[in-house]
Amino acid sequence: MDSPAVALTDLVKRYGRTIAVDGLTLSAERGAVTAILGPNGAGKTSTIEICEGFRRADGGAVRVLGLDPARDAARLKPRIGVMLQAGGVPPAMRAGEWLRLVARFHAHPLDPGALLDRLGLTEHARTPYRRMSGGQQQRVSLAAAIIGRPELVFLDEPTAGLDPQARHACWDVVGELRARGVSTVLTTHHMDEAEKLADKVVIIDRGTVVAEGSPRTLTGAERQLRFRARPGLDLDELLTALPTGTAAKESPSGHYVIEGHVGPELLGTVTAWCAAEGVTADDLSVERRTLEDVFLELTGRELR
Amino acid sequence: MSAALDFTPRPGAAPLHRMVLAQTGAEVRAVLRNGEQLLLTMIIPLLVLVGFSAAPLLEVPGRRIDFVAPGVLALAIMSTAFTGQAIGTGFERRYGVLKRLGATPLSRAGLMLAKTLAVITVEILQFAVIAAVALALGWRPHGAPLEAFALVLVMVLAGTAAFSGLALLMAGTLRAEATLAAANLVYLVLLGLGGVVVPVTSFPHALRVVAEVLPITALTGGLRSILAQGGGLPARELLILLAWAAVTLALAARTFRWE
Ligand SMILES: Nc1ncnc2c1ncn2[C@@H]1O[C@H](COP(=O)(O)OP(=O)(O)OP(=O)(O)O)[C@@H](O)[C@H]1O
Ligand SMILES: [Mg+2]
Repeated sequence: MDSPAVALTDLVKRYGRTIAVDGLTLSAERGAVTAILGPNGAGKTSTIEICEGFRRADGGAVRVLGLDPARDAARLKPRIGVMLQAGGVPPAMRAGEWLRLVARFHAHPLDPGALLDRLGLTEHARTPYRRMSGGQQQRVSLAAAIIGRPELVFLDEPTAGLDPQARHACWDVVGELRARGVSTVLTTHHMDEAEKLADKVVIIDRGTVVAEGSPRTLTGAERQLRFRARPGLDLDELLTALPTGTAAKESPSGHYVIEGHVGPELLGTVTAWCAAEGVTADDLSVERRTLEDVFLELTGRELR
Repeated sequence: MSAALDFTPRPGAAPLHRMVLAQTGAEVRAVLRNGEQLLLTMIIPLLVLVGFSAAPLLEVPGRRIDFVAPGVLALAIMSTAFTGQAIGTGFERRYGVLKRLGATPLSRAGLMLAKTLAVITVEILQFAVIAAVALALGWRPHGAPLEAFALVLVMVLAGTAAFSGLALLMAGTLRAEATLAAANLVYLVLLGLGGVVVPVTSFPHALRVVAEVLPITALTGGLRSILAQGGGLPARELLILLAWAAVTLALAARTFRWE
């Protein structure tokens, strides 16, 4: 019972000459929410689908709830819930019908009607899947992933395309799963989501882990000073007034970030300098680095 | 907010028979709800039945309705087990449905069993409707009822296996659009060549040699010898169907791609 929810060691997945997963090692603890972040094409879906048993690894070891997803599929499947990145529901099938069908594959399923209600889908229960909006379709897939009362759920971009209300509903569900002891492994491109939901964040790039830890440890203790002002302030001049080891940058235009030992003294110096320059610093704030800062720092800014 | 939803894990697979029955029901409903599938499985066979039994277009041996009815029953089997199943399964693969079902406790063998049961259920419905209309048109099946029933059942199961093999071979390898086009084309060709309404005896020799080893010809020929001539087990036709079933199912099992 002590094996982690997911344990991957030196995982490799190739498609022809593309190496999608390149020696990836990660573990997801039981009862925790693990978020996998990474740029498009980083290998998130490939990794998750190997855990789900859809794809075969070309190398490395895979253990899901202590089992091998390829060899022990029959024992593993009842215990996991799966939400694919896209599709998976017959287009003509009604939402309620699909959930009742998936429920009948399980011994102790949730009540489909109550679940539809919980996800705000009651009035679409009789709508064919293909006639639902993208966000409604996502919610149907989420419902199908949890209806069998799994111990472990894999959610591949569960909130892609959801409106803010639906996103919060999804977060609530994940939070409640966690409270009930369900392990969750999800992928997302929303940094705020990972920061809010995850016990552990794993950032992957080009098929390998580039950073992992709790959102808190990843963003670090260091803080930064941010403000907005007219573009093109002379930051070199400002830096001469600040202690050595302080960094300042303008990115994007008109948005300034000062990093270093951010204390009352530094704050005073910066505001005094702004006053001398005759600029008003808008939205001045002292905050921790965001996960997005860390993510961009680790994975760069070029598009994939 | 809603009734109590307890997310506490309580995993477990349902008993196999319940999973298979649930999936069978879903598949049957999908066919009956789909307009194109109904056209293919019900409307066209009925039109062929009514049209060709009434219109003296072709010379056929014996009474016209007694010749046409077994052919239309064979056509019904082909339309469901082959054309409908190929197109349906092809699109399920394309939409990731087969993949998603693969993540549920329903095994692949269970899914295949459900598909087979669904095909047979639809065939029973087709037979009921077609037989009723044919009887109303004056059809008089020959042979001892019980024996004929048993023989028809054997031929129908063998034909279903052969056509299912062909359907899964196509659906598991071609793109969904290609399956759609190919399945319809093959349906039309087999409808024309398979002795459904045009007796193969009227074909030129070379064409007849080809036509006679087709599964549809074996099925129409077999059903006709039982129902129109009151014959015993059509061994040659049965062997042809079983050979098609063995080859196509073995190939499909090896080549079928679930995604
Ligand atoms: N079935 C496949 N055949 C060939 N190449 C594939 C296949 N699936 C993924 N790839 C390639 O493998 C790499 C990783 O893809 P993957 O889908 O795992 O990325 P991802 O991290 O999930 O990306 P996204 O954020 O866009 O969903 C990409 O370069 C992709 O082009
Ligand atoms: Mg992906």
